[in-house]
Amino acid sequence: MKLTDEEIRHIALLARLGISDAEVEKFREQLSIILENMDILQQADTGGLAPTAQSVALENIYRPDETAPSLAAEDVLANAPAREDNSFKVNAVLE
Amino acid sequence: MNNLHRLTIHEAHGLLRDKKISSVELTRAVLKNLEAVDSKVRACLRITADTALANAAAADKAIAGGSADPLTGIPLILKDNMCTRGITTTCGSKMLENFVPPYDAHVVEKLKAVNPVLLAKANMDEFAMGSSTENSAFFTTHNPWNLDCVPGGSSGGSAASVAADETIYALGSDTGGSIRQPAGFCGVVGLKPTYGRVSRFGLVAFASSLDQIGPLTKDVTDCAIVLNAIAGHDKRDSTTVPLEVPDYTKELKSGIKGLRVGVPHEYLVEGMQPGVQQAFEAAIIQLEKLGAKVDRNVSLPNTKYGLAAYYILAPSEASANLARYDGVKYGYSYRDTTNMWESMEKTRQFGFGAEVKRRIMLGTYALSAGYYDAYYLKAQKVRTLIRQDFDSAFESYDVLVTPTSPTVAFKIGEKADDPVQMYLSDVCTLPINIAGVPGISIPAGFVDGLPVGLQFIGRHFSEETLLRTAYAYEQATPWHAMKPALT
Repeated sequence: MKLTDEEIRHIALLARLGISDAEVEKFREQLSIILENMDILQQADTGGLAPTAQSVALENIYRPDETAPSLAAEDVLANAPAREDNSFKVNAVLE
Repeated sequence: MNNLHRLTIHEAHGLLRDKKISSVELTRAVLKNLEAVDSKVRACLRITADTALANAAAADKAIAGGSADPLTGIPLILKDNMCTRGITTTCGSKMLENFVPPYDAHVVEKLKAVNPVLLAKANMDEFAMGSSTENSAFFTTHNPWNLDCVPGGSSGGSAASVAADETIYALGSDTGGSIRQPAGFCGVVGLKPTYGRVSRFGLVAFASSLDQIGPLTKDVTDCAIVLNAIAGHDKRDSTTVPLEVPDYTKELKSGIKGLRVGVPHEYLVEGMQPGVQQAFEAAIIQLEKLGAKVDRNVSLPNTKYGLAAYYILAPSEASANLARYDGVKYGYSYRDTTNMWESMEKTRQFGFGAEVKRRIMLGTYALSAGYYDAYYLKAQKVRTLIRQDFDSAFESYDVLVTPTSPTVAFKIGEKADDPVQMYLSDVCTLPINIAGVPGISIPAGFVDGLPVGLQFIGRHFSEETLLRTAYAYEQATPWHAMKPALT
């Protein structure tokens, strides 16, 4: 599976990952090799098998809907890169 | 009393309970050794000496008041992906370099109830992605047995700190071998519990269907003691199983006469170091001497798909989990722009290291339109095959035994530029996470002065059997008592 520069840039965009020209080249090479190593999966006979999402068979976990204190706003905002009053501040989404 | 830093948990607990030493005395001794050797080993990202001494004083008060739990007053080191309220938790990443969690992880809460002593936060591969600790954004940890070698990873700081007696015990996390592989490389005991045995609440998420927290200790008895303290249901992690937690120390000494042990031949992989193979053969003979019935020709035929399935599943989950690092609520944030998208993309470009980006890219690709069925869904089906291999093996065997890794610790820099070679060092540990079963690595000899790890694998929630097997082997061999010559 050989990836192209265009595909690498497309994946980076999907992941919202800024990427330099040097990284495009490096990841194209490395991911192509890694994906070649994944080809072995196609040999596995999985006809009729259900996928396993996680290994311990628990389903539909419920708990009582009880109120409890949340984290204090000040504690949560303490790590904010930028804030205004009790909000996280970001650049304009709409321009 | 001399050499207090060399004590195990159970030895230190005896001395504390009988008032032969105080926790402050013990903590000072361990901190003194930590400060003496960590400039060489570099296991710690942050040493919390003041917290430790305050914790120790509180522990001494609790002990004087008659409350001496096996972990009260005992120093520990936490891998830096477990949230500690008020203490920076970096996950080995520039992205979280200044992140101070507003809450404690569940395991930290549980430990705090018995007055532990927190010495430090341990170095790790960034976001637990790696097998050598070389992917830490800050520095590389060195193997205490040979400072030119890696300690393994991603819990390399935790394992090295225990091996170097910088702590009495440590906690790590294991997604594909990140506790067992460094435990093997550093010659200590490391357990990955059954998926769902220990709460992941407050563990920075990597691959949520595979991650599990577990102990790194100096012997098997200590491993059982720590598991007692951290196991159990937590309503904040819906994947924890509401099963009773037994006293894991109780059956340690029951022996392994008649135990059915299987050796899956697929784990004796091509490229295995001859010295590792020899140590493994000797370990099997030792198990037979102890009364185990060993079958050397067990087959887990789908093992060959383990590595490929893992490197689809784990990066896919990681790409989703790491979407939260957008520079808005916490962590590194690129703000030198007025454009929201550019801010987000540059935050992720400059905040993440190369291996993390590689895995985000790989996972995003495997989940993207047109490739989902061929990669992600296929890997989830292969996961069913691998689980079935273990299910059918455990119909005939109580425990499976394998080497923990195909080689002993490799040189720093040796595999740093070759992701595929690096991934291969976890080939014997990855399938265990895929199946969700428990695995333990214990010391089983040396090759060229570097420790060899022996891995026992059991059915879901059979930690008692694993620990009993590991204990029987440990007590019959000298390896766990050997120490690196650091000072």
